[in-house]
Amino acid sequence: MTRALLIGLAVVTTAIFVVVPLVYIFVQALGAGWSAYAANIMHPLTLHAIWMTTLVAVIVVPVTVAFGIGAAWLLSKFQFRGRGLLITLIELPFSISPIIAGICYLLLYGRQGWLGGFLARHDLDVLFALPGIVMVTMFVTTPFVVREVLPLMQAQGSDQEQAAVTLGASGWQLFRRVTLPNIRWALLYGAVLATARAVGEYGGVAIVSGSIRGKTNTLPLHVELLFNDLNAAGAFAAATVLTMIALVVLVAKTVLEHRR
Amino acid sequence: MTIQISQLHKSFGQTEVLRGIDLTVADGELVALLGPSGSGKTTLLKIIAGLDWPDAGRLDVDGQDWLRLAAQDRRIGFVFQNYALFPHMTVRDNIAFGLTVRPRAERPGRAQIARKVDELLGFLQIEALGGRYPAQLSGGQRQRVALGRALAIEPTVLLLDEPFGALDAAVRRDLRRWLRGVHDATGTTTIFVTHDQEEAFELADRVVVMDHGRIQQIGDAATIHDAPATPFVADFMGATVALPVTVRGGSVAAPGVDASRVVAPGLPDGPARLFVRPEDLVPVPDPAGPWTVASISNTGSQLRLVLADASGAEVPADLRRRHPAAQGLSPGARVHLRPEAASVFPV
Repeated sequence: MTRALLIGLAVVTTAIFVVVPLVYIFVQALGAGWSAYAANIMHPLTLHAIWMTTLVAVIVVPVTVAFGIGAAWLLSKFQFRGRGLLITLIELPFSISPIIAGICYLLLYGRQGWLGGFLARHDLDVLFALPGIVMVTMFVTTPFVVREVLPLMQAQGSDQEQAAVTLGASGWQLFRRVTLPNIRWALLYGAVLATARAVGEYGGVAIVSGSIRGKTNTLPLHVELLFNDLNAAGAFAAATVLTMIALVVLVAKTVLEHRR
Repeated sequence: MTIQISQLHKSFGQTEVLRGIDLTVADGELVALLGPSGSGKTTLLKIIAGLDWPDAGRLDVDGQDWLRLAAQDRRIGFVFQNYALFPHMTVRDNIAFGLTVRPRAERPGRAQIARKVDELLGFLQIEALGGRYPAQLSGGQRQRVALGRALAIEPTVLLLDEPFGALDAAVRRDLRRWLRGVHDATGTTTIFVTHDQEEAFELADRVVVMDHGRIQQIGDAATIHDAPATPFVADFMGATVALPVTVRGGSVAAPGVDASRVVAPGLPDGPARLFVRPEDLVPVPDPAGPWTVASISNTGSQLRLVLADASGAEVPADLRRRHPAAQGLSPGARVHLRPEAASVFPV
């Protein structure tokens, strides 16, 4: 009896908080019919926002993966002074609101900031341009891969690597044929999480991008702008793209959790 | 390959793990490094492998200075305690690994590698397992694969770290004999680390007993068993009863101890300690003896006794139940002690 009650409660709660809003997005987006939906999606400004978000993810995720492998390798194979501090620093983005990162970048790279003058003199755009968006997104996604790979590398120790070395493997062969295959699922899992975060990031990006339509507008920012324009159908249409990306990530994540 | 090690020192932080190791291993020899954990035996093995580096000393193999050679270039076969097989590769790929990572110019052809792997699978008696992954193997099978992977590169030296540590007793015994066979067939100079005396003596030509970063004694089973070189070796080999004695003119004496069967030639006069195995310590009924039988337990074939003296010191003694001295031993009986064989070291 209690069991049935608890299960029922869980189902109802999930429905109210997750399923209904998700369905509602599609209902609203498709409310005016398929052609209106297609027109909203194919709007040049929406297409540009999709392109921006994709571009940011394509730049950020490989960097996060490379950084994650390097940091996890360093942290698992070596003991050094400040190791604990480094782990804390890498995980810092988890506990800091992305807005704070955005503001820091604004103060650092803005006109009046420490590096603002240097950047202006060399005609380099960081704020209100792609580099700023990429940097904030990188800040937010840094911990994801390290967090997945580090515990695994620590648990595996270095015996396999040492065995490969005694068998004559070079550094690259070691990485390519022993280290990488051992962490591949955790790595992919971390990359999927990082992609989801990079695509969905709003707060930090909102501050450094300036939300210039057709220039620095990412998809989440675009949804908000459309909504503020009272263009609900357009906003919901753009939101379906984000939702579908999220669903793909969810499936990928579930599959990877089984393989890991 | 002849391995020559001289004055090897190694510290981890404040802890000295090797304090001047001198050891020569002859070509084709099978040597065991025996000692308790923390004796430095695994560190010594890793230094020979090139997986660790000494703070001082020399390591020469066939006259070549190996401390200037990276692990990759030493061509050693190293078998890890937990095997360290590559979990994402089949048994075949594991065994072939050392051949497939060779630089293109030295790498054997695909067919040649396959032939070599077949040959090893047969030699190791695991023909049927080539397509399996390590997770699908038993401990003993993994051990064979690990050895096959090491042998595939035709190593100059074979090094094994606690090779049977993770196996149950029956498999251990089997594999031990089998490894001896592998060694005799390949003739590869082999060093293995163990904390198990039986394993060391049964398998090795020579046993190197280590403790606290020093070599305590090198020899065969009989030498180390009968003539331990240091108190540590005596104790480690089971002579766990230590009695204070006095040496005068090569003979040993102590109150309540009949040491007539113990000789200590060449030992300086003065206080010393006598190390004896409980089974070599015979309690002889003696109304004037200073020891009393504190307790007796009967295991059927053996009597396990605890003997105490007036000061409260207790020593164990094991006696065959049918031994003549066993008659007339009951709790409270007074005895003196007669070591049948013992080693004596000056204090």
